[in-house]
Formats: sequence, structure tokens, C-alpha cells
Amino acid sequence: MMDYAIQKLSEEKVFKDPVHRYIHVRDQVIWDLIATREFQRLRRIHQLGTTYLVFHGAEHSRFNHSLGVYEIVRRIIDDSFSGRPQWNDSERLVTLCAALLHDLGHGPFSHAFEKVFDLDHEQFTQRILLGDTDVNAVLSRVSEDFPRKVADVIGKTYPDKLVVSLISSQIDADRMDYLQRDAYFTGVSYGHFDMERILRVMRPSEEQAVIKQSGMHAVEDYIMSRYQMYWQVYFHPVSRSAEVILVKILQRAKVLSEEGYRFKQEPVHFKSFFDKTFDLKDYIALDEYILMTYFETWILEDDEILSDLCDRFVNRRLFQYIDFNPAKEYRKLGELEGLFRKAGIDPEYYLVVDSSSDLPYDFYRPGEEEERLPIHLLMRDGELRELSRESDIVDAISGKRRTDHKLYFPEDMLTEGKKKKMLRQQILSILNT
Amino acid sequence: MLQEHAKVVQFISLADGVTGRKKLQKMVYIAKKMNFPFQEKYQLHFYGPYSEELTLRIEELCEMGFLAENSEDKGSYVQYSYSVTGEGRDFIGDAEEVPDKLGECIGRMKERSSRFLELVSTLLYFDHLPREEQIAKVHIVKNKLNFTDAEMDEAFSFIGELAGCIRQ
Repeated sequence: MMDYAIQKLSEEKVFKDPVHRYIHVRDQVIWDLIATREFQRLRRIHQLGTTYLVFHGAEHSRFNHSLGVYEIVRRIIDDSFSGRPQWNDSERLVTLCAALLHDLGHGPFSHAFEKVFDLDHEQFTQRILLGDTDVNAVLSRVSEDFPRKVADVIGKTYPDKLVVSLISSQIDADRMDYLQRDAYFTGVSYGHFDMERILRVMRPSEEQAVIKQSGMHAVEDYIMSRYQMYWQVYFHPVSRSAEVILVKILQRAKVLSEEGYRFKQEPVHFKSFFDKTFDLKDYIALDEYILMTYFETWILEDDEILSDLCDRFVNRRLFQYIDFNPAKEYRKLGELEGLFRKAGIDPEYYLVVDSSSDLPYDFYRPGEEEERLPIHLLMRDGELRELSRESDIVDAISGKRRTDHKLYFPEDMLTEGKKKKMLRQQILSILNT
Repeated sequence: MLQEHAKVVQFISLADGVTGRKKLQKMVYIAKKMNFPFQEKYQLHFYGPYSEELTLRIEELCEMGFLAENSEDKGSYVQYSYSVTGEGRDFIGDAEEVPDKLGECIGRMKERSSRFLELVSTLLYFDHLPREEQIAKVHIVKNKLNFTDAEMDEAFSFIGELAGCIRQ
């Protein structure tokens, strides 16, 4: 029988893709992994969480993105690395599998869900790879230790650091796919860069993929694209408003469950998360379809807060926001919390500070206390030079963090509420709306 | 009200200041692994477990004037130290009570070098694995630091001491 690790499909399969045109699959292992239930579940998880409530095209899923990352890594290996002495071709399959499966552990509305239940999607990706799952069954057919190898790449503990860097570094296949894909589906004009050029000039080195000096301008463009996408799309204040409400729904349902509240629609899928007894099966069973079904039915719950928050999320009645400077205004926040309570509006659910922060590129130089592996340029003489030392554009934004704080609140409750009108007016004037 | 910010200020106050960004990162991680209620998410980075959220929170606290950051040029690198300001002490005046034993744990960690805390935190990152596998993982991800068997033993015994101090 042919070795499963090198078994090829009788004919190459292709997936039509709006970003990469085609995604090519020749390996039987990859084809089998795509067909597993855990991978198919990714169709039911939005790539950009609540962003579809702002950019209506952003309905794409983690499934699309995962195939895209796989395709980029396949092209790096087959077109740029193959045959070069620093690349070990026996790492090809483990790298492709890790690329395809790197997001397997994302939960529904990933970040909000992780925040409320204190979870880590990367750990769940590893648990799915190693647990009693269809994915594990496929990987185990390659060899007994193969699932562990793929999990180690995802966990960044794989001995070959070059392999890890293709999936997770400051210029990796994950970012290259999501920037372009998210730009395409949101319809924004940022996020585009010359990936073809980057792939052509990418070279393997001992610890990471490096970029030939001649590709520096393409990398500058990539970094600026990332910078713009974060502030124009990923940190959009309206999409953060939806995420704030989502977090509060899950927190409210958890509190009600702990208090013994009798739900009309019992949260059976969440029970084990509320009391922290969940297992892998419970985790895999959740997706965004299930969450949305609960949210729709919870609109009819007797608990006014849960009902209101679900109605806001499902029908896009989002919170209003103002800029907030925690350094100068933290006392004002305390005052507002008191006034909200007096007005009968629970500030725990209806007055929320949300912060977003991004560091577009950071560098590490030996001896410094920073934590990121930089992008290296391969100079003509074979020397490696850190990118910001060569590029004025990258140097200008290196290590510079940009942070944005917003204070979210339900303006309609303050303007339309009939009781305690004076108090509500006072709150509105403090909020300066 | 900004409870997570307050916890970080309390932490640095209990330590009577912390020298080194890396050291502070590792101390908070180890405290979190000892079940003290810190919410910052950690991932494995260059120097072991690292939290972008904690970095951000510290920057915000410095901006707010609750923490003071001092930098010292050490020749080949810059070392940062953090202390609580007078405004910071006012800020934590109304915060939730400090968990029992946190101060003692912080005191024990502060006495140790950042290299040692890097080892302890990385071992704890893999604490779901058997001891031998934990050690093997550390040797893979920290292959350039060449931790010795004696250092490994000492790190495990330190983890035991911290856990014992909390149980008392």
C-alpha cells in the first residue's frame, strides 16, 4: 500500500477562490482533512466576528481563510523554497497541515467567547489535533506522532523554527491571507499589497523565512496595509459596539445561570461553559448558528437585560460611543456608574470602556527586552539586516503603539426613558451627546 | 471600574517596584498560574509566556500617571523599571482587596533573576505535560539559553514553594 504521507489524488482538485483565484490540492491528506467535521465547522464561524454588522460584505468564514493560508504556504514551499539547501522537504506535509488547520480551535465570535469564558483558541486547536476527532484520525494515518508534530507547529514549539515562522511571525501566510481576504470581502481599498512579489523574494533561512533585499518595498507596502486595515476595519468603533454587546449577553446569561434563573430556552449548549466542566465535544458543538439561535429565542426571556441585549445584537440596535481618555476621565467613569445605577440602568451591562491597540511592526535587537522576532532582509552579500534599519518608512512606525479608547452606552435608553428624566439628562450632558 | 488596571498597580505596589519589563511579564504570568485573578491573555513568545494585553495596560497606566517608568541605558540594551506614583496609590485606594498571599508570592519572585523567572514561567506554560516533557519543551524553545539540570531542579522546587506558600 502506498505511504499515506505521499499519496497524491489521481487528479488535482481546485477550489475557486476570490483572493488567490484557485487553491490547489494534490495531497490525499489535505483533501481528507478538508472533509473532516471539525474543518467543515469553520464554515459556521465568521472570519471577522461582528464586522459584518458594519461592512455587510464581511460574511466570509474561517473556512475560506484557512484554505487561503494553506494555498500561500503551498506556493512558498513548492515555488520558492523547494530545492534550496536551507529547506528540508520532509517538512512539507507538516507545514501544509499546520497552515490548513491553524484556526481550527476558534470558537463562535472568537474573541468575545474567549474573553467571557477565559479560553484560548490556540490551545483548542491543539486539543482538536490531539483528541478523539476526525482530524486526529486523518493525521494519525500519516504516523503515530504526526498529530503531535502539527500541534507543536501551532504551539510554536516545533524544533524547525523556519516551519513555525511560515505560520506565525510578523510576515506569515496567516497575515498575508487575512489582509487581502478581509479587504476583498469588506470592500475597502486598503489591505492590498504585492504578495506575488513577496513570495518570489522569500527565502528559507535557519530560523525564519527572510526576504531578499530587492523585495523591501513590497514588504513596506504589506506593513502599511496591515496598519491601515487595523484602524479602518478591525478596530472599527461600530463593530466594537456589537462585540461589547455580545460579551455582555454571554456574561448576563452566565450570571443568570449561576443565580438559578429559569430560562424559557435553557442554555444547554452553554451549561458546561458556565460551570467550567466543558470538554472537547462541547466546544466543537458550538458555532455561530447555535449562538444566534439562542440570541433570537432569548429576546423573549423575562430577564429584561438579557432580552434587551439580545434584541440589540440581533436587530443591530448598537450602543453609542464617545472617545474616552482613561488617564483623565477615570473619575468621570465612577461618577457615571453611580448615576446609571440611580437611573435604574445597570452599568455592568450598559456602560463599557473598550480599548483597541496595535503595534504595526516591532523589532528585536540582541540584548533588548522586546519579544518579537523581526523581519529580516537578505542582503546581496548574504548578511541579514533587520527591516527597520534599511527602510525609513518602516523605521517611522516601528515600535509605535496606537491605542484608542471608547466609552459605550445605550443612548436610546437615556433619551427615550420616561422615568427619572432629569437624571438621564444629567448623564447625557456628562457624556456630552 | 478599571479593575484590571487596578490589579496591576496593586501588584507593582506590593512588589515595591519592579525592574525589567521581562521580569514583570513573567511575575504576573507566574501569579496567574498560581490562580491569582489576573485576566491578561498570554502566548508563547521569544522569552516565554508574554502578554500583549499586559504591555498595553502598563503603557496606559504610565500615561494615566499611576505608574512611573524609568529607563536605564545598560550599554547593549535599555532596562525599564516601574513604580507606583502618589496618584497611583490614590487610584488603588478604592480597589478590591488584594488576594491573600499575593504579596508573599511577589516577594519570593522579586528576589529571583529574570532568567530564572523566564525558565519558571516557560515550565509553567507546559504544566499540562509530564515533567520530562516539560523539560524537553523548554530545551526546544529556549535552545540558546542552555538551562542546566540544576536550574531545572531549582525551578521545579521554586514552583513547589510558591504552591505551598499559597496552600498555607
